[in-house]
Amino acid sequence: MTEQPAIAVTGLAKTYGQADSQVQAVAGIDFTVPKGSVTALLGGNGAGKTTTIAMLLGLLKPSAGSIRILDTDMLRDRHRILPRLNFSSPYVDLPHRLTVRQNLMVFAGLYAVKAAADRIATLARELDFAALLDRPAGALSAGQKTRVALAKALINQPDMLLLDEPTASLDPDTADWVRSLLEKYRAERGTTILLASHNMGEVERLCDQVLMMKQGRIVDRGTAPELISRYGRQNLEEVFLDIARGQGKAAEQKVPA
Amino acid sequence: MSMMTEDIGCSLQRMTAMLRRHWYLLSGSWTRIVELIYWPAVQMIMWGFLTQFLAGKTSYVAQAFGVFIAGMMLWDSMFRVQLGVAISFLEEMWSRNLGNLFVSPLRPGEFAVSVLLMGLIRTLVGMIPVSLMAWWFFDFSLYSMGLALAGFFFSLTMFGWAIGIAVCGLIMRHGLGAESAAWGAMFLILPVAAVYYPVAVLPVWLQPVAWAMPPAYVFEGMRALLVDGVLRHDLLIGAFALNALYLALGFIAFLTLFESARRRGLLLGQGE
Repeated sequence: MTEQPAIAVTGLAKTYGQADSQVQAVAGIDFTVPKGSVTALLGGNGAGKTTTIAMLLGLLKPSAGSIRILDTDMLRDRHRILPRLNFSSPYVDLPHRLTVRQNLMVFAGLYAVKAAADRIATLARELDFAALLDRPAGALSAGQKTRVALAKALINQPDMLLLDEPTASLDPDTADWVRSLLEKYRAERGTTILLASHNMGEVERLCDQVLMMKQGRIVDRGTAPELISRYGRQNLEEVFLDIARGQGKAAEQKVPA
Repeated sequence: MSMMTEDIGCSLQRMTAMLRRHWYLLSGSWTRIVELIYWPAVQMIMWGFLTQFLAGKTSYVAQAFGVFIAGMMLWDSMFRVQLGVAISFLEEMWSRNLGNLFVSPLRPGEFAVSVLLMGLIRTLVGMIPVSLMAWWFFDFSLYSMGLALAGFFFSLTMFGWAIGIAVCGLIMRHGLGAESAAWGAMFLILPVAAVYYPVAVLPVWLQPVAWAMPPAYVFEGMRALLVDGVLRHDLLIGAFALNALYLALGFIAFLTLFESARRRGLLLGQGE
């Protein structure tokens, strides 16, 4: 018997606005994410990556389609599966006036984490922010905020992580550190990770599968080496540019410009 | 409706986590605590002096000295409950935290109950010192109303909750542009709430509107107690019955507007 995928999305669509001024943010996409894998949603601004992640998390109601996560219908029973998920995004923040420890205590309570103080101490050690625990979240640098946001995302030891641009606005050293942490965490726990990113090096390094999005559609998919070979390019960035600009093999394959 | 049933939920642990979040914020900021006391204190002092002045001029006020101060403090309690609910919600929007909260197992119904309780806590933090100040400055004890005070206060709290939670839904659906509703919504009913004058003073056509609002029952009941020394159970029962209706409507409005915000993608990225 084949194992159920961690994520199975069918005909997922999101349309905003009234009939005369509709904007289709996601246009009926299908994909699966195998358990324990890392998958990237790759695409330019407005390609539909964040919208897709928001629908997977239940923050946004789809116009059509179905989402199954860890064998659960997300549209009907999302509250049953939310304790096993977590996410991080640059579009959300932790309350600035609470200290890092207070913020994590609150989320530990929301996720019913047992021995919360111990879990926070472990995360602080692993993510190297023990010295920041009693500092207000609003007083942290971008890199420190990313560490704390990741700690929040890992507080419930999730079976699935959804990460929207996990290394956006980080310096190369901190970004590399975050990628190493994600690799280590996946290897240790077999967590499924779906991430949206603009960083091609990150995707090449971390991901088993790449879903190329453009104008709300998945226009191509495969492993990073498969895509590079298919487009006859040197790296994923060149593939991305071909698809974004509708040139090279992307033009031959009639990927919409 | 099935979606709403799923949205309600009831986890004491998650609601406690939300209360803890707001308690951390409140207890860590003395300016916030001072603000909770400052405005009601200023109003109480102003109404106290006005009452002292009027007591020498009219037999009505002389007979029931505390009727204006009690009216002001009870009205302000209701307003502070509503404002406390809305501010607790706005804190999440200002800090762009709604996305984090609603991908956690926290259900919208639990979120709503936690902000209602915070509205009550914020009000008690502000109003208990002010009621003691009224005792100290003007020798008027709100607590002289005895158990009836608990009935009046809880009835007004329920109405403050109802308006507060509906306002939260409105802000979630329309964004921070609707923020002013948090401060202004309650004053829409002030003229017909009969806080300082009886419903009978209103034009005949407006009186049914006043009797459709629970505060009118409470303030009429308060005057009956302070002026005539009579506890009107009928008025208290009328207020609670209407409050149950308004609170249910407030919750339905919140959950409906929450679903609308989810459809429109407003939960992610709202903030300053």
